[in-house]
Formats: sequence, structure tokens, C-alpha cells
Amino acid sequence: MATKGKVKGIISNLVTVGVDGPVAQNEICYISLGEVKLMAEVLKVNGDNVFVQVFESTRGLKVGNEVEFTGHMLEVTLGPGMLSRNYDGLQNDLDKLTGVFLKRGEYNFPLDNEKLWDFKPLAQVGDKVEAASWLGEVEENFQPHKIMVPFVMEGTYTVKSVAAAGQYTIHDTIAVITDEDGADHEINMIQKWPVKKAILVHTDKPRPFRLLETGVRTIDTVNPIVEGGTGFIPGPFGTGKTVLQHAISKQADADIVIMAACGERANEVVEIFVEFPELEDPHTGRKLMERTIIIANTSNMPVASREASVYTAMTIAEYYHAMGLKVLLMADSTSRWAQALREMSNRMEELPGQDAFPMDLSAIIGAFYSRAGYVHLKNGATGSITFIGTVSPAGGNLKEPVTEGTKKAARCFYALEQNRADRKRYPAVNPIDSYSKYIEYPEFEEYISKIISPDWTQKVNEIKTLLQRGKEVQEQINILGDDGVPVDYHETFWKSEVVDFVILQQDAFDKIDAVCPLERQKYMLDLVIDICNHDYDFNNFLDVSDYFKRIINICKQMNYSEFHSESFKDYQNKLNELLAEKQIKK
Amino acid sequence: MAQAFQKIYTKITAITKATCSLKADGVGNDELATVNGKLAQVVRIMGNEVTLQVFEGTEGIPTNAEVIFLGKAPSLKVSEQLAGRFFNAFGDPIDGGPAIEGEEVEIGGPSVNPVRRKQPSELIATGIAGIDLNNTLVSGQKIPFFADPDQPYNQVMANVALRAKADKIILGGMGLTNDDYLYFKNVFNNAGVLDRIVSFVNTTENPPVERLLIPDMALTAAEYFAVEKNQKVLVLLTDMTSYADALAIVSNRMDQIPSKDSMPGSLYSDLAKIYEKAVQFPAGGSITIIAVTTLSGGDITHAIPDNTGYITEGQLFLRRDSDVGKVIVDPFRSLSRLKQLVAGKKTREDHAQVMNAAVRLYADAANAKTKLENGFDLTNYDERALDFAKDYSKQLLAIDVNIDTTQMLDVAWSLFAEHFKPEEVNIKQELVEKYWQNKA
Repeated sequence: MATKGKVKGIISNLVTVGVDGPVAQNEICYISLGEVKLMAEVLKVNGDNVFVQVFESTRGLKVGNEVEFTGHMLEVTLGPGMLSRNYDGLQNDLDKLTGVFLKRGEYNFPLDNEKLWDFKPLAQVGDKVEAASWLGEVEENFQPHKIMVPFVMEGTYTVKSVAAAGQYTIHDTIAVITDEDGADHEINMIQKWPVKKAILVHTDKPRPFRLLETGVRTIDTVNPIVEGGTGFIPGPFGTGKTVLQHAISKQADADIVIMAACGERANEVVEIFVEFPELEDPHTGRKLMERTIIIANTSNMPVASREASVYTAMTIAEYYHAMGLKVLLMADSTSRWAQALREMSNRMEELPGQDAFPMDLSAIIGAFYSRAGYVHLKNGATGSITFIGTVSPAGGNLKEPVTEGTKKAARCFYALEQNRADRKRYPAVNPIDSYSKYIEYPEFEEYISKIISPDWTQKVNEIKTLLQRGKEVQEQINILGDDGVPVDYHETFWKSEVVDFVILQQDAFDKIDAVCPLERQKYMLDLVIDICNHDYDFNNFLDVSDYFKRIINICKQMNYSEFHSESFKDYQNKLNELLAEKQIKK
Repeated sequence: MAQAFQKIYTKITAITKATCSLKADGVGNDELATVNGKLAQVVRIMGNEVTLQVFEGTEGIPTNAEVIFLGKAPSLKVSEQLAGRFFNAFGDPIDGGPAIEGEEVEIGGPSVNPVRRKQPSELIATGIAGIDLNNTLVSGQKIPFFADPDQPYNQVMANVALRAKADKIILGGMGLTNDDYLYFKNVFNNAGVLDRIVSFVNTTENPPVERLLIPDMALTAAEYFAVEKNQKVLVLLTDMTSYADALAIVSNRMDQIPSKDSMPGSLYSDLAKIYEKAVQFPAGGSITIIAVTTLSGGDITHAIPDNTGYITEGQLFLRRDSDVGKVIVDPFRSLSRLKQLVAGKKTREDHAQVMNAAVRLYADAANAKTKLENGFDLTNYDERALDFAKDYSKQLLAIDVNIDTTQMLDVAWSLFAEHFKPEEVNIKQELVEKYWQNKA
């Protein structure tokens, strides 16, 4: 019999419940408040007193209200039909909710009960299977969606029967499998999994090495992220975190994109709702929304489900990667998630760590990031979850607990900088502070020299050195004055500006410049390197800035033109003429 | 005010500066009560021990004070009668007029389902180029002025409100000085728009904790007009720093562990709950929030402006430009995140590029100025950038400008042509060909 209890105390959304039976840590319960039932999660147990965090407002809750425990942790329901949906942090389908305003205690089933799916069997009678083995396949938005042995099933099973190809609902039995004791288990297309536990279905998890193309030059060229990699984007407000994140999610070469809008602005989510059904995936030509799942827990939605939302998103990502798909998970922003942890830790009167965050914050962040990765599945296929989180550091100070905890966990670091944003140099990723650890992997080096060119990494390092050098020279010019340094200092500085303006800066709102395919990135990098590797003939520093400003202007016009179009070629010719004016022949 | 069926408690067990506790049964969380006639709210229940936050403060409350629970959360009566009226933080009239009749609605109501929101798309024209050109406002947006206490933010806000063509303007004044309160009253009165205004005011003369109710009161009234009447509502909240300070006072007195700058750990969520009420409803109504967050010494890393910046859709900075002797909207630090929803769509095609180019050139002028101050020689380009900056500041950024956006763009192009060559402004060639104003 399920454990029951009664409310004994209330402080904001932390409720103390007296119970009559066993409860588990993180177990889900429902508190009755008149007709509505409020969902809550167990956070702490102390004798007969159980502390639960309620996922909704507790207004009007009274001592003595009935509580019913469910016997399970917070779960998501997994099955075909999740793509294109807009869920809240607890996986309620937002589109199924009626009314303009959210109502307390309104929960719903996240999948479509009636829809018929075209099922194709993959397993055969007599096959030995285990958790996550592929039994069959349906097509979900033109992508193969595998129907798997539920992840919770332990041990090995023998397939007794598989449904014939045909149309089925998610509730229909599509296979019967027999366990080692001879008992039969009917499998349909739905399974459940507790969000706080990682789904482990791989044989091994090698170091990731395949470039994940995003079409953003400052990422792909300068600090690339890989399939199954982790990255984070910290930045003060107004430096373009969200624009960059949206750009990545629109353009990335992934099969599935999951966006967790965690404690951020509702209008930003609305932007996705409006744009994604219209915009095309540059890789397949299909609508972006078809490959996207949105988990929206905006900043005005209940704080407790904000914490749940990132786990919900990660669990759905793990479900899809077990099908051998490339999943990209974006969370904006992980700081809001950390703040939700802080609010609860505060109410539970735990001893605080730095900035009043819980002591184990860094461990929680680390554990979460480690759920991403590139894996070999048991059937030999590969799957990946690439995770990019944004961090909103308080006061723009990167020495705060969330940024520091994340820095330990993530392998790519895209530091957005106020100074660059102020000067409208977007994306405002600081090229010198930012890094990608993947560049150092020999696996990646080997891969990239195959798909781009063998000297690619060397070229990228060249421009990085030039940017660094440009910065140093600029400081010297600022100290010594324009005419206090040799003319070739100005030349170095302006070459670094060429790199900045032509490679690093990119107009996310321009139709053409917004997406820069790898081939084009290579073309522009070669072009810029060629400009920078030449010496020029200048008499004084004024000529240097005038000349390079003209070069930058032409190169920018090239970025705005269709690749290899007439106007692109025209600008290339103009550029060649201009270069010939001053370049010293080698 | 006790009614026949209400139980009166008379044994208070604990009193602090802001709260008192007593033993009572059947009390709901967030419920209102009166303690010797002073309004209070339930903030904590442990068994039969109930803690009440007394809005006016607990001065003079005896242990045998009469406590009556009202069985409801704070609420406001809403109807058309709200228009033209002034209220205190509890929603009681302070203008000597009669009480409002209407439906009683709990304040701080539920959030809008994000999938039911419409994307904001209507331009709010203010005539101020520093806003319309560089930081265009959109209906359904939420944006604060980040200003030092001595800057004329209330004046600018009143101007914006009057020019914005809203159906209703709702003023939420928190810790407003009496003089500023009268200023708003006069401006609205003189403009003959008093019937479009609803005001909820807590002046510095009222207890600070009362302020916590002001934003929810104002936004509940706003939701009534925007949802029930499909009106475009503009909500002015000044000053949100006073609101956050009141939050800190309460949290401190409830023995909560403070996070950054002595602010409660929940500051972000508390502020977000207010600002996220800004919305474009599908049926046409909208709530736009323009707020003021006063800074201490221009420090935007303080927890209040910092958390605000992460919630709001941009921010507006005012600055006195000593070169032209005027208050301007600072183009570097100001930002409207929704501007691309209207710039170039509801305004002329060249809007976005002109805006960026002008700000970039203004930044060049700032660099030149630094050089000048450090005693270096200026190049010809530097000189021209500095001249441009002065004209730009005077003719576009100053808060006394009042022209439409097309005029603003024309002014910008004429300044480009006056001071620069086309290749120096870095604008798409086709736009340069169309709009560059060749001076013979």
C-alpha cells in the first residue's frame, strides 16, 4: 500500500509532511489542496518528518492537507512523438494545457495516445536481447526512432515474438520477450526512466573526436566542439549568450536538438516557437522544429521544476542517443538551475558554501556534464550527446562558483566579453581566453586533417598567435602612442584586426553570413592567412589603418555575399587589386 | 472589522521587528490577517505555530493583540473604475474617492503559458532617438532604466509613457519621494490623460515592507485591462531597487542566509516573477514594463542591477555628456533585446546597419578621446570621429530629441556623409548606394 501523510509545516515551497510508512529520498508525492493535487519531491527525511519541495505555488496550503506518495522518483515518459513538442520542466505538454495562464496541478501525458506509427521489426524471434536492444523502428519526423527493450529491464531476454510490420499505437504490444526464468514480458513503445539517473547502455565511451559543425566561425574554426563534447558559454548579460546559443541550435549538424530553457526569459522561448517551424535545417532542408524538442521552464515558472527541467532534457537526450543518433543538448542557463538548488538548500537550512550555494554544487555540475559523451552502443552503432550550457555569472565575474564548477567539467570554454559586446564585435567570444581542449586530441587532429586539410590546425594556431600578438602590440601603441612605435607594429595590429573582423565577427542576423559552412570557413581562413603572411609597403602608420580598413570592408562584403556568386567573385577581384597595390612580392 | 464567524486570537507568542507568531489552526499559506488592525501575511507554518509578516512593522504590537485571519491572499478589486485613481500598496484609494467595486482577484496570480504568448512585434515610438534608433522598444517588452539617483529618469519615463500611445498607464511607485509622486500626478494631469492612469503608490513616508505588494498590485490591474479589455497597457515601476531592498529586509528578519550583496538567494526568481508579467497576449492586449533600477555609483555588478539585467530584455542608461552639455541615452551600455523584431521590419530597411555603424563610429571617437586625454596626437580620422560624436550626441542621443525614426535615419546618414567616407562606415554596399547623401 502506498505511503500516506499529512502536511505539518509550510515555508514557501518547502513543506514538512508527517508520514505513516516508508518513503524514499527523491520520491514523488502529491499534496491534495481541494480539488487539485500538487506534485512534490522528497528532499530530506528526518524521523517521521519528510521534507518535500513542491513544484508549484503553495498558496492556501494548510496543515493537515493529505499527501500521497507514489513509490517512484521523478520520471519521464519516453517513446515516439516527443520531437517538435514543447514541454515544461516536468514533461507536461504545454500545448495540451488549456487557457492562457498556467493552472496549478494541471499535469498531462506527454505523448500522443492515438497516433498510429509505421512499425518495422528489427529483432527476430530467438534473438538474445537486453535493456536498450533495438526491437523495431518507427519513423518519427523522417528519422528512425528505435523501439528498445526498456532500460529498466535487467538481465538477458529471448525474443518470443515481434509484431509484423504495420501500424500501431504506442500502447500496442510490439514484442514479447522471455526472461531467464521463462516469464514473458510484453513490450510496447513507451518506457519510463527516473531523470536523476544516467541511462547507461554503451559498451565504451571513447574520447570524442568528430567535429560538430555549427556554422559559427569563432567556434568551428577557432575553438571547435565535437560530437559528444561538452562546452559552456559564460557571459555577462547583454553579451549575446542567447543569440549565440540559438545560432548553434539552428545550424548545428545534429540529428536531434533539445533546448532546455531553464529559468530564462519567456519571450526568448517564444522566439523559438515562432522561428523554428519556419526555418530550415541547413543540413537536411527540413523544418528545424522537426528535429527539436523544447523544455521550457521560464524564469516565472516554479523554481523547483526549474531544477528538474535540465534533468528531464538530459534524460530525453540519452534516450535518443541510445538509438544511435547525434543529439545536441543546449541548456540556457545552468546558473538559474544552480540558483534553484541554492534556494532549496537555503530553505532547508543547510550550511552554505561560497555565495550561499550548496557545498556540493561543483560535484552536481560535474556529474551532470559527464552524462554527455560519444558512445559505442552494444550493437556496434555510435551515438552522442553534445552538451552546451550557458552560465550567467553574477556581475560578469568569472570567479564565481557556477563558472568555476563548470570550468572543471566542460572541455570547451567560450568566454563572452563585455568589452567586445560594447564595441559590437559579435559574437563577443574572446578569442584569447576561450579554448577548446579537443584541438589537443590527436584523434581530433587526425580526423580534421582528413575532412579539411592536413595543415588546418597549424593555420588555426597561426591566427591565434596573430590575435595574441595584435593585442600585445595594441597595448604598446596605447602606451607609447601611434608614432612612438615602428610602422610594422601597426601592420601587425591591423592584420590581427583583419582576423577579428573577417573570421571572428559574424552577423547572426544576416541571412548569408549567419551560417558559414566548413568549406567556406576554409576558403576565408586561407584568404586571411594569405593576407597576413605578406609584407606590405607603408611609409607611415596612417596609411596602414586606411589600407587595412579597405581590405576589411571588402572581405566583409564577401562574407555578406553568396559563396562563389558573381558579387563574391567581384569582391575577390577588388581585393586582389587592392592587395597588389601594397604587397611586397615574396 | 471582525465578522461574526471569524475567530479572534489574542495570544502572540513571539514578536520580531517585522513578524509575530501565534498558535492557530486551519490557516492557509500566504493568507492575510490583521494584527490589531494592521495588515499581515502568513509566511511560515510549523504545526500550529503560524508566523505573520506585518507590513507596517510591529511597533507597538502587544502580546495580547487581536489577530484575525481573513481567509484569503492579498487581492485587488478590478473594474473600469480603477482608471484615473490613486491607491496605496493595499489597493485602498488615497485620492479621497470612493472604494472600487468589481471582481476581487488575488494578486501575484499564475504565469502565462509560454506557448500561448505571441511574439512582441509592435514598435513603441518615444521620439527619443537614443531609444527609438538605438534601442527600439516593443510592446510586451520589459526594460529598466539603470540610473544614478540624481539622473532625470522619472522625467524621461513620464515622457515615454505619454508618447507611447498606450491605452492604460499603470504607475507602481515604490519608495517614491512625495515630490516625485506629485510630479507624476501633475504631468499626467496637465497632459489631460488622468483617465488613462492607474497609480499604486508607496512613498518614502510609508513603511518599506508595504512596497512588496506594489508591483503585484500594479500588474494585477494591468492584467485586468490587457486580458479582459484587450488593451495595450504600459506599467511603470519606479524604483525597483527600493523593492529589492524591502525584500532584503524581510529575508534578513526571517533569518535567511543572504547571498551576494546581502540580497536573498531568491532575488532572481522574485524579480523574474514581476518582470515576466510583461507579455503580448494572443487576443491583442499587451503588458509592457518600463522600470527604474537606481544604481549606487553606477555599479551594475551589484546583485540588484545584475539580476535585473539577466531578466529584462535590455536596459537603458542615461549619462550626462559634458561635450554637449546634455543628458543622453548611453549607446554603449544601453540595449533593447527585442529591437530586431521591429528594426528594419516596422522601420526602414537600413535601420539595423545605420544603428550599428553609428555606434561603432561613436566608439572610435571614444578611443580618440582617450588618446587625446593621454596626450597623444590625433589623426585626421580621430578628429573627424570626435566631430561626428558631438553632432551625434546633440542631434540624436540627447533625451530632448523628439522626431520619428525615418528622420532619425536621415539625420544619421547626413552625419556619416558630413564626417566620413563610405568605406569608413562599413555598411552593406547596396544600402550605401541608396542612402549615402552626397555633398557636392
